Amino acid sequence: MTEATGETITFTLDGQQVAAKAGETIWDVARRQGNTIPHLCHRPKPGYRPDANCRACMVEIKGERVLAPSCRRQPTAGMEVTTNNERATKARRMVLELLMADQPERIKAHDPDSLFWHWADKADLKDSRFQARDHMPSPDRSHAAMAVNLDACIQCNLCVRACREVQVNDVIGMAGRGHHSQIVFDMGDPMGQSTCVACGECVQACPTGALMPATMVDEKQVYKGKADRQVDSLCPYCGVGCQVTFHVKDDKIVYVDGKEGYSNQNRLCVKGRFGFDYVDHPHRLTKPLIRKPDAPKFRDLEINPSNPLTHFREATWEEALDLAASGLKKVLDRDGPSAMAGFGSAKGSNEEAFLVQKLVRQGFRTNNVDHCTRLCHASSVAALMEGINSGAVTATFNDAKDSDVIIVIGARPTQNHPVAATFLKNAAKRGAKLYIMDPRKQDLSRHATRHLQFKGGQDVALLNAMIYTIIEEGLTDVQYIQANTEGFDAVKENIKQFPPEKMEAVCGIKAEVIREVAREYANAEKAIIFWGMGISQHVHGTDNARCLITLSMITGHVGRPGTGLHPLRGQNNVQGASDAGLIPMVYPDYKSVEAEEMYKLYEDLWGVELDKKRGLTVVEIIHAILDGEVKAMYIMGENPAMSDPDTQHAREALAKLEHLVVQDIFFTETCNFADVILPASAFPEKSGTFSNTNRQVQMAREVVPMPGDARQDWWIIQEIANRLGLNWTYTGPMDVFNEMKKTIRSLDNITWERLEKEDSIIYPCKSPDSKGENIIFGDGFPTKSGRARLVPTQLVPPDELPDAEFPLVLTTGRVLEHWHTGAMTRRADILNLLEPEPVVSVNPYTMGEMGLAPGDRVKVTTRRGAIELRVRADRDVADGMIFIPFCYHEAAANVLTNPQLDPFGKIPEFKFCAARMEKADVAAAAE
Amino acid sequence: MSTATAEKRGRNGRSPYFGKGRQLLDQAMADVQALLGDKPRRREYLIEYLHLVQDAHGHLSAAHMNALAAELRLAQTEVYEVATFYHHFDVVKEGAEAPPALTVRVCDSITCEMKGAGALTAKLKSILGPDVRVIPAPCVGACDKAPVAVVKQRQIFHADADAVKAAVDGAKVTMDLPAYKSLDAYRAEGGYKVLGDCLAGTRDRDTVIGIIKESGLRGLGGAGFPTATKWGFMKNAPKPRLVAINADEGEPGTFKDRHCFETEPHRVIEGALLAAWSIEAEAVYIYLRDEYPACREVMLAEIAAVEKAGLTGGIKLHLRRGAGAYICGEESGMLESIEGKRGLPRNRPPFPAQAGLWGRPTLINNVETVYWLPKIIANGAQWYQDQGRPHFFSVSGRVKNPGVKLAPAGTTARQLIDDYCGGMEDGHTFKAYLPGGASGGILPASLADEPLDFGTLDKHGCFIGSSAVVIFSEQDDVKAICKNLIRFFEDESCGQCTPCRVGCEKMLKLIDKPSWDADLIGELSQAMRDASICGLGQAAPNPVLSALRFFGEDVR
Repeated sequence: MTEATGETITFTLDGQQVAAKAGETIWDVARRQGNTIPHLCHRPKPGYRPDANCRACMVEIKGERVLAPSCRRQPTAGMEVTTNNERATKARRMVLELLMADQPERIKAHDPDSLFWHWADKADLKDSRFQARDHMPSPDRSHAAMAVNLDACIQCNLCVRACREVQVNDVIGMAGRGHHSQIVFDMGDPMGQSTCVACGECVQACPTGALMPATMVDEKQVYKGKADRQVDSLCPYCGVGCQVTFHVKDDKIVYVDGKEGYSNQNRLCVKGRFGFDYVDHPHRLTKPLIRKPDAPKFRDLEINPSNPLTHFREATWEEALDLAASGLKKVLDRDGPSAMAGFGSAKGSNEEAFLVQKLVRQGFRTNNVDHCTRLCHASSVAALMEGINSGAVTATFNDAKDSDVIIVIGARPTQNHPVAATFLKNAAKRGAKLYIMDPRKQDLSRHATRHLQFKGGQDVALLNAMIYTIIEEGLTDVQYIQANTEGFDAVKENIKQFPPEKMEAVCGIKAEVIREVAREYANAEKAIIFWGMGISQHVHGTDNARCLITLSMITGHVGRPGTGLHPLRGQNNVQGASDAGLIPMVYPDYKSVEAEEMYKLYEDLWGVELDKKRGLTVVEIIHAILDGEVKAMYIMGENPAMSDPDTQHAREALAKLEHLVVQDIFFTETCNFADVILPASAFPEKSGTFSNTNRQVQMAREVVPMPGDARQDWWIIQEIANRLGLNWTYTGPMDVFNEMKKTIRSLDNITWERLEKEDSIIYPCKSPDSKGENIIFGDGFPTKSGRARLVPTQLVPPDELPDAEFPLVLTTGRVLEHWHTGAMTRRADILNLLEPEPVVSVNPYTMGEMGLAPGDRVKVTTRRGAIELRVRADRDVADGMIFIPFCYHEAAANVLTNPQLDPFGKIPEFKFCAARMEKADVAAAAE
Repeated sequence: MSTATAEKRGRNGRSPYFGKGRQLLDQAMADVQALLGDKPRRREYLIEYLHLVQDAHGHLSAAHMNALAAELRLAQTEVYEVATFYHHFDVVKEGAEAPPALTVRVCDSITCEMKGAGALTAKLKSILGPDVRVIPAPCVGACDKAPVAVVKQRQIFHADADAVKAAVDGAKVTMDLPAYKSLDAYRAEGGYKVLGDCLAGTRDRDTVIGIIKESGLRGLGGAGFPTATKWGFMKNAPKPRLVAINADEGEPGTFKDRHCFETEPHRVIEGALLAAWSIEAEAVYIYLRDEYPACREVMLAEIAAVEKAGLTGGIKLHLRRGAGAYICGEESGMLESIEGKRGLPRNRPPFPAQAGLWGRPTLINNVETVYWLPKIIANGAQWYQDQGRPHFFSVSGRVKNPGVKLAPAGTTARQLIDDYCGGMEDGHTFKAYLPGGASGGILPASLADEPLDFGTLDKHGCFIGSSAVVIFSEQDDVKAICKNLIRFFEDESCGQCTPCRVGCEKMLKLIDKPSWDADLIGELSQAMRDASICGLGQAAPNPVLSALRFFGEDVR
């Protein structure tokens, strides 16, 4: 966000005196003057350095023997540059003519609207006088997402820079030499069989159509035609919150480009770029559904999502809404508010989250409202609230660009926050020291200074040993501690138990390595910590986060550029849903439901008597159903039947509900147990605001119409509310947003109108024309004392350790291509092709010990249940550990996971439980 | 691999039972780890390590390259793109056949072609059988002994099929070491005295640089840039500074640097150290072409000897092995190659003096340039002037006694033929000559009295470059010469920029036609000269333009 600064020089451009700022090239200045010089290999976008290889932008500099590439050359004072004389023009035209000789004819071109043809048109070049090359590369259609047609390649290496320097996925190379040089994937492999992660950056960068979205060419590799409109919006998947442009043809999304948002700088990942067609999946719910009277609910019920009419019947909206509301009202009137609960979703907008919590609090008069953040970062938020009274990140992930040392612990950003990971890789390439701490290795490890592959669940031992080193070796920032923290003495006393030499055996990392990393972190001028669910999803998740907070506070690595604490948030609106109050303990803006001034305020605003006690959390609600306390639920956009730990238990509970209303776009596993299902709008079908992991509030816009009788989510919630007598009168999300602004201070200076215009504003935002504060807490913390509270921690082992019966450690998580429970991505054609079936990742050594081959079918059992799936050989997984992603309903990992909770964050221990694995008995499999 | 794996390849072509892409193989990892031992796992050594694998296994399998990538923490493609850039690596992917254990390379550069390389290649292919691979190779730097065939590493001079077959059959595949001047012999005649004085402070830098300036010594790699001026660029450059010695003498017709190594390697080493001392550099990188394995052995031994003798003054000497790529003789392409990458020339600015090896200020000097330093410093600038600023000319082609000729700057082609080479070969009449290898253009015999020096041939659109003079006779066909030279550039273009990559390929097609389209050739040539990144593309059209200018009737 910094402007080019420094000296301005003056030079002559085509006879005119012009000024150039430091760092500007001749091309930049010319364009500023309204003269866009032809360019092919130059992509004037963030992250792309000019390479000056195509030579389509040559200009003449007086006194120089040869022409100069304007895209790369920076003017010096007094330089005389000519862009438009015969020599320069002829050279540029010759470059295009040479390239055209080897291009496919325009009528058969893969992309006749490409940059190449644009400049050929501008040069009035119709054909080439040169003979074509002897050998034309043939198409490579091995990849589901992208069409590779190197007959159109001009070796400009933009895709190489896209892959290697921008996204740093390091798949594309330029092999060979001379006119035999060729773009390759890995070692000249078909793209589909390479290590390509399909971020599609190359496709977006290619100036000729040699690399294109597969959707844009036919089977003869010929262009299918332009999109007819573009809509700027957001990616619906993770917390990175990439801004995108949807390209739409005949009201269908045909492809997606990254947009120059603060967080993504035009970059996208495979999900954001190629995972949009779920909205057109035949499984979309298009009519309200009512459960048939002869369709009982039971735990193991699995209704085919392609045909729910076996158990449901279609209904009108009127009938379905009436039935949904009356069922809720019946339980409420009979059993009181404590029998009611609601789940919202971090996939919905801020406005939707606000409405769901308002429905539950105002309509159900209970605080039993929660959402999946509970399963992700509740412990991180608990520790952050306790320590600094703010659950949000203190710095954006983009701020890693300024860091000298970066720690990533318990996170796999290349899979779960792929675009954020690109900025970490950029930083590592720039020379920042990157330390990865995780029991599993990952793609980022190759770029790391060190990967600390510690024993699963021993985070506190490792982190406390680092804190020990910093304190013992006198590497703390004494002044910072004195001015900005409290509780240091207790930490100092407590830490004596954790010398690295003693923790070495506990966490499995050598003491000298722990000390080295601690020193690097402490001594760095600017250091930042990123973490994910490897930290939070433990029974000691809050302690893990406390350690990270302590690390950062005792070294003063917070509140300055390049420093901070950043829990990488999962869902696209996990920050916003929490801000909006979709949490059982707090109203919007994290105001305690038990604080008198707060419930009085909301009683005034909402005109009803409110629940004065904190409500139940996700897992607690499931328990309460089984205990017969909670009897009716409203679930909007969540899928607890897949996402909750010990799924069997959760499904048993859902089946026991007297009345369940589900509002969703697909017939999810949770729908099995619904009484009424209300077909809602998918992300690209609605407008609203979303808040990403960076605290950016961003505008999503309606791109395509909803299918069938599906309705806007805000409308559905309002219809239910009004049937409960609440008399809501919103006319759209803007009304809701404006209401939120009344009580949510983080939205100060952020207006709907601004967001419509500016797309994204970071909060806190200090004035109506500020873009917001990317770094916060440079001047103390929003606690009563203004200081951060440091909290000592003890070693708490994982709840369930391996033993003779269950000798392996099972950990769960995501894969790059699938999102959460897979409801969307399993129905996105390309994503499901790329990761089509459930697999358990096992180290080849463990496989050898067990006599397993890749692809063998195994049964994985824990104390909760068993699933069957096939084996994937994966060296990233440590020996003795197995990993299963939780997105596959066919082999739902959460059947296995341990629902034991962290006592503070109430988050289950998804990352660690004891398991057994054996070859699936062929006979048993056939049963 | 289980049957499930085979069955279950998704529509995307990859098995879900492995991670994405090529998997590491334990055996390949073990092989590579054994070869690397405790050598540093740094990217700059990639080419060195590729050589280790190629030498040990005869080729580079995808499995080994993948393992090497993992060891060096590189991506697969980073290894593959480097391996496929250089001539001397044989990349063999899964399912492809490895090349035969023995390779015979027949030089097909201009002098060797004139001397029958084509027929020799054909004959060798027919008599050596399937266990020997016979392939063409660009200039191997022995044009005075053309034609040359290389059996694995052994160069067979004046090669005929019998000699090559004898070497193959006798498994004579390494070079005999030349009878060079040893460290003791060199020191006995005063060698390393100048360096010693410098290191001891008896000579100061300004004086030494002053001598070089006065002497008028110019870079003998081809550009002829005044050496002292080049050193002067380093004066205010931030430290640490580095020196790179360009020993990638690949210009067809050039074999003088080889002569320096094979006769007086210590003059080169002392010269390189003097250059480093003069600019206060901490290390010297000598980039030696892979075509000179004997020179490599000599240099490895002698660098060790010099270090052991404690003569280097703490300046570290590194010898780096090229892998067969003419473009790495271009100074910035060489820098890239020393860093372990493809030899793509860099855009300038920044110049190597500002940002060279790993971004550090780097002085680049040619082998012969530094070879002259000890003598000039010892004897003074006037001595060098009095000798007529001598340097080596590599003379080959249709002369009686081709070879490396020490002659004053400005010696003419006719003098070289008559006074240094014993005249034309019997039965040959002087018709034309290359004044500066493949890129210096072609001049007719009528211009044989032009002094050959930097700048003197500009008016004819030619230059002397590395002083590789190739003499042609009436029996040689100018069109065929042009094709040979353009084919060479087409092969050796790095492929980075359009004018050179596509331009060379299209130029070859244009001159392959029965009659040349002079206008289009002219337009193309102008764009290549104006818009190519480096000297290769800028100079590549020279022979064709010369042919049109001086030998119109031969080519139209």
